[in-house]
Amino acid sequence: MYVAVKGGEAAIANAHRLLADRRRGDRSLPSITVEQVVEQLGLAVDRVMAEASLYDRSLAALAVRQARGDMIEAIFILRAYRTTLPRFGYSEPVDTANMKVERRVSATYKDLPGGQLLGPTFDYTHRLLDPGLHGDAAVAAPAVKEPGEQVMRVSDILDGEGLIESDGEMPEGHVAGDLTREPMEFPMPRDLRLQALARGDEGFLLALAYSTQRGYGRTHPFVGEVRIGEVEVELDLPELGFAVSLGTIRVTECQMVNQFKGSATEPPQFTRGYGLVFGQSERKAMSMSLVDRALRTDEFSEDIVAPAQDQEFVISHADNVQATGFVEHLKLPHYVDFQAELDLVRRMRREYEAARAGGKDGIKEAAE
Amino acid sequence: MDASKKHETPPEAADRKEGMRLLARATLAELSAAWEAIPDKPEVAPVRGPETGLVMVRGRIGGGGDPFNLGEATVSRATVRLSTGEVGHGQLLGTDRERARYAAIFDALFQNDARRPAVEALQRLIAARLEAEDRQRAEETAATRVDFFTMVRGED
Repeated sequence: MYVAVKGGEAAIANAHRLLADRRRGDRSLPSITVEQVVEQLGLAVDRVMAEASLYDRSLAALAVRQARGDMIEAIFILRAYRTTLPRFGYSEPVDTANMKVERRVSATYKDLPGGQLLGPTFDYTHRLLDPGLHGDAAVAAPAVKEPGEQVMRVSDILDGEGLIESDGEMPEGHVAGDLTREPMEFPMPRDLRLQALARGDEGFLLALAYSTQRGYGRTHPFVGEVRIGEVEVELDLPELGFAVSLGTIRVTECQMVNQFKGSATEPPQFTRGYGLVFGQSERKAMSMSLVDRALRTDEFSEDIVAPAQDQEFVISHADNVQATGFVEHLKLPHYVDFQAELDLVRRMRREYEAARAGGKDGIKEAAE
Repeated sequence: MDASKKHETPPEAADRKEGMRLLARATLAELSAAWEAIPDKPEVAPVRGPETGLVMVRGRIGGGGDPFNLGEATVSRATVRLSTGEVGHGQLLGTDRERARYAAIFDALFQNDARRPAVEALQRLIAARLEAEDRQRAEETAATRVDFFTMVRGED
């Protein structure tokens, strides 16, 4: 029999004190500042913002520092923080066509208005460790050039010929759902799925996206374009009767162009998947767009044959805060549950032994 | 179409709206310096805030389709009333409530004809800085544009 106990306060307090010590590390080294994390580990900050579903660079950097660089822990802390703040309202939808583009590449058109702008990319680096970064050598200022023409949307180029489906309309009168306000229900409309994917775990979405490429729900994708840059956030002020700008945020957008569909009434045309993510994260935006397309089985009458096409499976498991909560809770005390299981297995074992002993007797009797 | 259709800005409000856009991007140093330079400062009474909260940022499906909720952003806002009667609103991304309060004060001053030129001078300063920053970034991006060239084939 297990008797409920309490205790551990001193151990917990000392464990947290030890955590603070280990977080600080070697005191002979300078302490890292939140500003340094924002500036020099910016993509870690971006990932935390995207998956915490809260855009605030300095709070995300604080979370990274507090979590000792554990991304999911940092995401958890930031997600928890947002629940302490009141909601002022919903912004006007951001206009990604008017993005101040810092990177834009297309895999479908070589020469397109605005051109291929590589921006600050890891692409075409050799992925060799740079010993120079052991030190603090001076870094050259970026090269500059006269900006060219306005960057045009690849989907608009294809749309001009009517060869691609439109951007994505919900049924008449549909009001965009909000996962942070209503519990999840399946089947889930596309707007809610996109909200869930935008804050979904990058690794999980990457694996699912990869699985569609390997044949588990193939969609024949091309990157129409990926673009990164700043967009303006506007909020409607009812007291003034117009929307005002609150500033800009950096986002990554991916327009995936997928193989065609047609029907008796619709001519064959390319279909699409869409990805939009806080910060600079094209891996995540691309994965999101592949999974978005894979999940649109109902719209294209596709059979659900692979995990990436199963919205309940994908959406229910994409959130790493939920996932880590449920997986990690297993390490917390389960002494009573386990005691019950232990009693049960002992009883079953006794019954088994008894049955075996009885069974042997039974067989012997039958043979005689 | 969607329910969140943008309110049309009344033409007389266009200047104020643009002014508020700039004030939302002002640095604390720009705001406090401009405030210090104002003679016979009016009394400033808080009406609301300054306070920090969240705005749910929306995107559009496919970039131009119907809206969906992308994720939240921190926003700080303030509303103030000047002793001369004007009410001003300040709202900006982030948790800097001091900047939001200054933005509200300058929005209120903007509505006072005598004070307006000082606010416009501040707004021009902010606009010039933003333009220079945007220009610099655009030029840096432009330098990473790929120039394709056709390989010469050894046919003759």
